Amino acid sequence: MTRAFLLHLPPPPFAPALLGKGLSALLQGIARRHPSILVRLGAYGGADFLLDVTDVPVLLLMSPAAGRMRVFRRSAVPAHGAGIRGSLAAFLSMLHGVEDGDALFFSGALTISGDTAAVLALRNALDDAEIDLTEELAAHGGAWVHGLSDWLARQSGLVLSRRGT
Amino acid sequence: MMELVCPAGTPAALRAAVEAGAHAVYCGFADETNARNFPGLNFSRDEMAAGIAHAHARGAKVLVAINTFPRAGEAGLWHRAVADAAAAGADAVILADVGLLAHAAGAHPGLRLHLSVQAAAANADAINFYAETFGVRRVVLPRVLTVAEIAAINRETDCETEVFVFGGLCVMAEGRCSLSSYATGLSPNMNGVCSPASHVDYAERDGAQEARLGGFLIHRTPRGMSVPYPTLCKGCFTAPGGAQKAQTGHIFEDPVSLDATDLIPALEKAGVRALKIEGRQRSRAYVAQVVQAFRAAVEAAGSGAPMPHGILARLTEGQAATTGAYAKTWR
Repeated sequence: MTRAFLLHLPPPPFAPALLGKGLSALLQGIARRHPSILVRLGAYGGADFLLDVTDVPVLLLMSPAAGRMRVFRRSAVPAHGAGIRGSLAAFLSMLHGVEDGDALFFSGALTISGDTAAVLALRNALDDAEIDLTEELAAHGGAWVHGLSDWLARQSGLVLSRRGT
Repeated sequence: MMELVCPAGTPAALRAAVEAGAHAVYCGFADETNARNFPGLNFSRDEMAAGIAHAHARGAKVLVAINTFPRAGEAGLWHRAVADAAAAGADAVILADVGLLAHAAGAHPGLRLHLSVQAAAANADAINFYAETFGVRRVVLPRVLTVAEIAAINRETDCETEVFVFGGLCVMAEGRCSLSSYATGLSPNMNGVCSPASHVDYAERDGAQEARLGGFLIHRTPRGMSVPYPTLCKGCFTAPGGAQKAQTGHIFEDPVSLDATDLIPALEKAGVRALKIEGRQRSRAYVAQVVQAFRAAVEAAGSGAPMPHGILARLTEGQAATTGAYAKTWR
């Protein structure tokens, strides 16, 4: 399986609301296990962050304080307070502490728009939380997630976990 | 071996710095008492105490930066910061204001005092005044001195000197720069924010990314080019040319970062006691990579081995480095 196959999936035929529900549950779990995130975000936790992962077919709108993640088709950009745009690899590398957010910004791999202070607060809060996406998914889905994550990481080259970083 | 003093904006970055080989970590409270008062950054009182305990358990020191200038009528915030740093077990506090230095020396006589770069003490007379008057044990030198000037200072003072070797490069008289204040109404020196994020706006226009600070356009970066920080001192401006053609360029300084790796042996020879890495606003990934590289460089300098090179360029602003004033001819 190639990374291109993984990353250029067609637009989801399923209801965005269903995907949003699953992602919201993941977001709420992360907030529960890492309460410092909302503390560090402070008032910026109420902002709506548009996550534009350039190599996936949908846009994500994250509302941290509300524990809500909504999914939109690329043709329907929702109103948002702050935006972050970059590749899936850039997002995951930053989340797992492999790449520095400012360095990604310097190189143009990540761009930001809207409320710069909110973006900065989110970056700092997530960086301090030392999130491991695989562990967060495993907390919902079970231990089998580790095996799938390792396999996907090997196939795609994406950083899906803090293990080995 | 020279002491390596490393930045931490969060507890995670502190742990990363200690793990990567920092001899000392500097950090600040999450308020206006430190010069990196950015959203989502810095330490609560509990986090500071835990961070200090973590560092001490692994043989590293923690220096608490309380290096902004107290505002009239609000000195209590700064006094509490000094008291809380002392109570948490800080190895030193890094101060800039003479009033706060006097307060700390009087109220906390056992607390080691370092003079922040924000004090801009750039000659031996000024440094000796701080040392003799307040008992300051170390001065962080401003980034405007050559290596020869640093050596001259060290010949005339017993106060330890610490110099920046890597990271964002402030090219102004530190603690006295008002460029950002002019554009935003918030002071780097009293509110702890140079180019506050709340006043920064990025937008994509005509294939280029525009950065504005307080409404002033300071960069227009074509797609694919390296994007700088939104600081006025490294902004790109058009200067009227009078009778000649107007000139557009980086009027004050190019958007580059400091990397003085090659100068570490010369700085050691000049009597420098500690090397400082800038970047409390950066991630734990930056901290881990830079600290690891500089720990190797410091050890190499200590054993007379050649300086390691070239692994940090992509982490720097402008993705280009300079030796700054250490070996610079000013234009």
